[in-house]
Amino acid sequence: MSVMEQDSAGAPARASLMNDPKVRGYFYQMLLVVLLLTFGYIIVTNTVANLERQNIASGWGFIENTAGFGIIQSLVPYAETSSYGRAIFVGFLNTVLVAVVGIFFATIIGFLVGIARLSNNWVISRIAYCYVELVRNVPLLLQIFFWYFAVLRAVPGKREKWSLFDTFHLNIAGLRGPKPIWEPGAEFIGYALIIAIVASIFVSRWARKRQEETGQQFPVFWTGLGLIVGLPVITYFVTGMPMTLEHPNFIETGPALRRGFELGVGINLIPEFLALTAALAIYTAAFIAEIVRAGIQAVSHGQTEASHALGLRQGPTLRLVIIPQAMRVIIPPLTSQYLNLTKNSSLAVAIAFPDLVSVGGTVLNQTGQAIEIIGIWMAVYLSLSLITSAFMNWYNQRMALVER
Amino acid sequence: MSKKILPLVLGAAMGVAASTAAGATTLEDVKAKGFIQCGVSQGLPGFSNPDAQGNWTGLDVDLCRAMAAAVFGDASAVKFTPLSAKERFTALQSGEVDVLSRNTTWTMSRDTQLGLNFAGVNYYDGQGFMVRKDLGVTSALELSGASVCTNTGTTTELNVADYFRANNMQYEIVAFEKADEVVAAYDAGRCDVYTTDASGLYAQRLKLTNPGDHMVLPEIISKEPLGPVVRQGDDEWFNIAKWTLNAMINAEEMGVTSANVDEMKGSDNPSVKRLLGAEGAFGEGIGLSNDWAYNIIKNVGNYEESFNANVGPDTPLGISRGVNALWSDGGFLYAPPVR
Repeated sequence: MSVMEQDSAGAPARASLMNDPKVRGYFYQMLLVVLLLTFGYIIVTNTVANLERQNIASGWGFIENTAGFGIIQSLVPYAETSSYGRAIFVGFLNTVLVAVVGIFFATIIGFLVGIARLSNNWVISRIAYCYVELVRNVPLLLQIFFWYFAVLRAVPGKREKWSLFDTFHLNIAGLRGPKPIWEPGAEFIGYALIIAIVASIFVSRWARKRQEETGQQFPVFWTGLGLIVGLPVITYFVTGMPMTLEHPNFIETGPALRRGFELGVGINLIPEFLALTAALAIYTAAFIAEIVRAGIQAVSHGQTEASHALGLRQGPTLRLVIIPQAMRVIIPPLTSQYLNLTKNSSLAVAIAFPDLVSVGGTVLNQTGQAIEIIGIWMAVYLSLSLITSAFMNWYNQRMALVER
Repeated sequence: MSKKILPLVLGAAMGVAASTAAGATTLEDVKAKGFIQCGVSQGLPGFSNPDAQGNWTGLDVDLCRAMAAAVFGDASAVKFTPLSAKERFTALQSGEVDVLSRNTTWTMSRDTQLGLNFAGVNYYDGQGFMVRKDLGVTSALELSGASVCTNTGTTTELNVADYFRANNMQYEIVAFEKADEVVAAYDAGRCDVYTTDASGLYAQRLKLTNPGDHMVLPEIISKEPLGPVVRQGDDEWFNIAKWTLNAMINAEEMGVTSANVDEMKGSDNPSVKRLLGAEGAFGEGIGLSNDWAYNIIKNVGNYEESFNANVGPDTPLGISRGVNALWSDGGFLYAPPVR
């Protein structure tokens, strides 16, 4: 008996090194990590060796070289004599611009359509339904082509225009409007705007506190709007109007080529930008609409009834009771749509909008340094997506149900 | 179990990755697979363009067919890969295509920094401008303030920037990825000017709604020697590409055509005999059989035949020989002798 006991006690201890699932697990994980690292090392060294063997230039020196090509739209000063790095930066800013403007409009259209989908009005809900089904079932690239080529042919040519209030002009070369020219003293208008925004935040905090204590409501929205619009306007007049508008210059006489809008006068939104932003916003809005509808329907109908029983009308019920609860369902999938829009903006290259992929592609072709450029592309899109997710996660946490 | 399989799979994958590092020569690869993979444009009439049946024709296509004829004696042993201007060099570098015959301009940086070699010039071109006739423009120097449509990732984009800067003129560039979209945007009136190689302008003009409303301006603003490209470091394959083109040009010079090549083989002219393999062993020098040039001319034709069939005066493009004539006719075509 005693021998057997000894055996049964000793056997697990001896076998543990071989059969202990924990040790074995560690071993295989270590093995996997080592294999992955070796794999990565072989890939990198192999690539470097192959590039050298084939006499293909590599490294980051090209960033400093002169680009030599023109870019139609740039948010920062850029000329043909600028460097490749500058050109890529211009493309990056254009990508960010399209993403931000696209997300802004997609959210507005998406929320409106999503709410319209649930409207009691049969016509409105049907229109919203048709919009969603039509738009989300047609490939995005085709929609971009539609907005660019179909709509482009419908607007007047370069030597004609459609005008709105004689201020905004649309033709095939883009949407033109007046450009503000700042003169000395204009910085005060900026300060006034910042002060107004800070003041509105304080007013809204104070108003919430007062409402929690006394139940009295304060017109936060109108006060805020008054501050943000009013204060800069007052400053504008007080400082002696240090801003003038530069209107687009439409030339109607002279040689045919010179007719039309003069280059570089006023603000011009190029048709490539308009088509791309419209297509991205309208396409993504269809998905957002469904997310919003799902979010609202996820809120139990009892909430609406309870709110009505408390005497709240339809508007405040939606704004104060339904939407805040629906947001918790809406935000996570909404984040994915924002990320999709940002990444889809790379389709810009099809219609000549100089985004990161388009400009990067030109640089790639001039320098032949594919690996470096593709590395930049991936790093930029990854960072943009991670920043968007981080922001949306923070917002999601704020909106999450606080359990007491 | 799965834990044990994973490392094995990874190990196998690494083995594959390591074994592809050492490769055979392009000629061996091509012979093994039985055809030449040829990179061409996405559709440029006269140079490389698929017809309704999907058969590729054009001056650049003929060069690939001639290489196939030289290697296999069969001009149809070619597969074509349509490439955008942006993709073309990467496709050649990575081995996706064996030769790039895609109206590609020979420049110093492309020849020296991309790991590629240009095997000669099969069309001497220059960049031009096309405008609508109703603009009333007669010279490129009147184009200040114009918006210009072109392809991205081409020498064109750089030349136009240089030209407008040098002449102190304003412009706006609209650069598309694909040639078809450039044509569509120019046709829609987005741009005043369409710029690319002059041969391309004549070819793309055929795709416009009313080709007669457009004209090509007389200025040629750049040198665009177009030619076939191969990977650097494989001299055997480089020689085949180079001498295929030279054989076609030499054949024209000697008056050897696809129709009379059989009878010319018995010619008394020693240079014709050397070219067609009746004398000497010049084919062996480039790793091929001695009737390599005979096969090229028999199956594809000489340079003149290819030019006239694809871009010449009797085709819709209607391009005259101009600088692309033989040196003996006042042009630039001058191939080293076979001897």
